[in-house]
Amino acid sequence: MMGKKLLILLLMTVLSSPFISNASEADTTQTTTNNSEVAVKEGIKKYIDHHLEDSYDFSIWHAMGFEFPLPIILIDEGLHVFSSSKFHHGESVAESNGKYYTIYHSKIYRTDAEGTITIDETTHHPTQVKPLNFSITKNVTSIFIFSLIIFLLFRSFAKSYEKGPIPNKIGRFLEPLVIFVRDEIARPNIGEKHYRRYMGYLLTVFFFIWFLNLAGMTPLGIGVTNNIAVTFCLAIITFLITQFTSNKSYWGHIFWMPGVPVPMKIILAPIELLGVFIKPFALMIRLFANMTAGHVVMMSLIGLLYVFTNWFARGAFLGLTLFLSILELLVAFLQAYIFTMLTALYFGGAVAEHDDH
Amino acid sequence: MEKLLEKFEVGLFFWQLILFLALLFLLRKYAWKPILTSVINREESIKEGLEAAEEAKEQMRQLKEDNKALLAEARMERDQIVKEAREAKDKMISDAKETAKAEGAKMIEAAKTAIQAERNAAVNELKGQVAELSVEIAEKILKSEISSDTKQQEIISAAMQNAKLN
Repeated sequence: MMGKKLLILLLMTVLSSPFISNASEADTTQTTTNNSEVAVKEGIKKYIDHHLEDSYDFSIWHAMGFEFPLPIILIDEGLHVFSSSKFHHGESVAESNGKYYTIYHSKIYRTDAEGTITIDETTHHPTQVKPLNFSITKNVTSIFIFSLIIFLLFRSFAKSYEKGPIPNKIGRFLEPLVIFVRDEIARPNIGEKHYRRYMGYLLTVFFFIWFLNLAGMTPLGIGVTNNIAVTFCLAIITFLITQFTSNKSYWGHIFWMPGVPVPMKIILAPIELLGVFIKPFALMIRLFANMTAGHVVMMSLIGLLYVFTNWFARGAFLGLTLFLSILELLVAFLQAYIFTMLTALYFGGAVAEHDDH
Repeated sequence: MEKLLEKFEVGLFFWQLILFLALLFLLRKYAWKPILTSVINREESIKEGLEAAEEAKEQMRQLKEDNKALLAEARMERDQIVKEAREAKDKMISDAKETAKAEGAKMIEAAKTAIQAERNAAVNELKGQVAELSVEIAEKILKSEISSDTKQQEIISAAMQNAKLN
């Protein structure tokens, strides 16, 4: 029952996202800036930049005041743990164990009691010390919440098999996807012999990316998968699994390509070795760039609704936004599919047995 | 590239790594394993069911064929029996006919013999009687003939004439 309601809620929020939240949030942007067109554009740009960045408190709906402070965890000559409410949305300096911190461009710097930030002329970065920041940010909270949702959904789905061979209602929706990952992604790319070993990771990565991509389309304003640290993490896990489960033939194909003349072997070795690192790097950039681009385009279109005063143009952009948000729904799935698919392909390369040589 | 590095947040990476690995291990243990096992089991049971159905179909076909063969055999046997019965009947009838014919012939033969014997007996008796009668007649004639002398003379002369011829 719980899972069903959650799913419906998720679906509804996904479908209504571009209209309700972003519009109303952009509304606040408009009121805080001047009414002149340039100011509106500046405001929109700032708002998009802000949206793409992580934040230290969880604001579901800024205008309605649904905000929760999150814990700040800093390692700066000792552990500093305090609530993000001390920053007052980055407007004031927070004090912890005799040290002062301030937020500058969504990064935390150690400062003095007045919150002085001095900018280096050449690098355009503050000269202040940046402590190691392990804060539970909005993205971390989102990852946690959605991981929990994913786990509960699939746990209930898995449990429903105890009653019989047919899964429950969520299961009937999720099961074809699980079978899709197995039969369309894992089996053809890895091979019948080895695919079972990788199923856990492939399924997890697929549903993790898909759910968080969808979460990015909700009015919650979550942008987890358009974060380089997140995609880097996923890519490096793929990379490590590929290397550690690979067989002799995989390394043979990298350092001493069979079936080609010796000079070619020497030329190919560094290229192949570079390829080993480029593959996960491309995975990381692809997901990051696609999701970032999607968010920028969506938010820019919504922003355009405020730039144009012509109602006809506004209507057209509203239609375009709706169309693009449907496209983004597809992209959300597609990016999860591509990431999983390429991951499976790399795994397949690592365990392939080349009998043909 | 520099901008990307600048955007990279170690804290987020750290938490993502921990949360994702936790999710991975929890899902592996509590979700993927039972789900995939159930799916595979179900697929296998469906496959087995289909195979069993196919086998049953084959058996059914075999059974039908057997039945057909059995039926054909029974029919053949029946025909055989009927044919044999008919043959037996015909044989019996013909046998009976033959016997009857033979018996009849025999009886006719016997009757014929009996009739012949009767007739012979009758003829013989008749012959005897005729002889007796003729003797008697001859006696009577003789008695009457001899009574006159002339007649006697005539007879003697006739006899004498016959005797001369011999």
